[in-house]
Amino acid sequence: MDWLYVLMPISGCTVFWPGLIILGLGVGIIGGFFGMGGAWMVTPGLNILGFPMAFAIGTDVAHMAGKSLISTMRHGRFGNVDYKLGLTMLVGTVVGVEIGAQIVMQLERLGSVDQVVRWLYVVLLILMAWMVFHDVALRKKKEREAAAKGEVLDEKATGLDWATKLHAIKIPPMVHFHQAGIYCSAWLPICVSFLTGVLAGILGIGGGLIRMPALVYLVGCPTHIAVGTDLFEVAISGLYGAATYTLKGRTELVAALIMLIGAAVGAQIGAVATKYIKGYGIRTAFGLAVLGCLCSVVLKLIQPYFPAYSGFINGVSTVVVLGFVSGIPIYIAAKMVHGAKQELAEKRRAAQQN
Amino acid sequence: MTKLRKLSLKVSAWFVGCLATMLLIAPDLVLAAKKAAANVVIVADTRRLDGILLWWAQMYNDSHLYFMLLTIVIIPATGCIFGMLADLVMNHIGIDLKHRKAAE
Repeated sequence: MDWLYVLMPISGCTVFWPGLIILGLGVGIIGGFFGMGGAWMVTPGLNILGFPMAFAIGTDVAHMAGKSLISTMRHGRFGNVDYKLGLTMLVGTVVGVEIGAQIVMQLERLGSVDQVVRWLYVVLLILMAWMVFHDVALRKKKEREAAAKGEVLDEKATGLDWATKLHAIKIPPMVHFHQAGIYCSAWLPICVSFLTGVLAGILGIGGGLIRMPALVYLVGCPTHIAVGTDLFEVAISGLYGAATYTLKGRTELVAALIMLIGAAVGAQIGAVATKYIKGYGIRTAFGLAVLGCLCSVVLKLIQPYFPAYSGFINGVSTVVVLGFVSGIPIYIAAKMVHGAKQELAEKRRAAQQN
Repeated sequence: MTKLRKLSLKVSAWFVGCLATMLLIAPDLVLAAKKAAANVVIVADTRRLDGILLWWAQMYNDSHLYFMLLTIVIIPATGCIFGMLADLVMNHIGIDLKHRKAAE
């Protein structure tokens, strides 16, 4: 069975290549659907496959750039990408990530910040999960109230509506983001991306996980546009990240390319699935993905407190991450196949009638 | 000019000033970090490699800059090629890849 293993030229490790393709497929689907890079799944996944940690992060970032580009192309054709908004936010993101990274460097001089950063991550994930599920509950309440009055709720109605209040702050220059259908101060997306960038820089993550809900709840993007626009940003920041990690010699291009084979298919499945699932379906699934990420971080965080059970906790953490990496893509792929079947059946029916 | 407009201009000027300062300071900070990282040298073991993998590993050992430049060209190019191939397959299946219904 030697043919199932490939020697990585830079790191020198031998890796099970079908595992790389499956991992790429899973995070490709998740990334294309939610608009995030999925580093919290890929890095431990690569580590499990035998990659040294130093190469796992760089390889993940490199593959993320290619995968996000594929998803952005697909979402762009659906009209889900607001390039103007993406470019505006890029300014805040770049400055924010850099400042966040510098804050961590300064804090490290004062003492160990690892635990603080991880706990901050946990608090942030809990807040995000609460926000998403609270929003879903509010929207359902509105639907019930509308049904009680014998009305049908507007298809674009949302549960939480903080964005309208933020749009009312009219600090020039005012900008119209046509694709997203937003008219607001240019400072709103810049400040939001700056804050998410600082958080991403402090936490050492790509930022898609934070930026996507920020686009929805603070900037006021429709869910589909938030996913596409976020992917556009992930593609650019991923390419920048790939360049910096590669310059430090921490990227295994062969592995990134093998992963891209799976990710190309996965990204298309994830992006096309957004066509068949309404915004709130995406938000609910996103909330579940946040919970998965939360479980994985908490399990890592409690390990030092229970040294006798660290092996067991590590095992549970691996199972949780793998469970989410396989469970969520299976759900999305099933929805995509179901939607595509229905669409094709309708097309056939229409052709027969004509 | 209204007070609000004046305030926004001041905020804009402050933001641009901060950005310019950061861009001026950032290279120093990056170089400071590079000093510590410079102690760690990773060399690819080329003894078990041949063909294109040997060439790739040798380039890694020779120059990380060329290695980086080629990587950031290959990644998006491969992404585009795979994306277009996947597009062809999806089109062949018959799925409408240009329209979607906007709904929350």
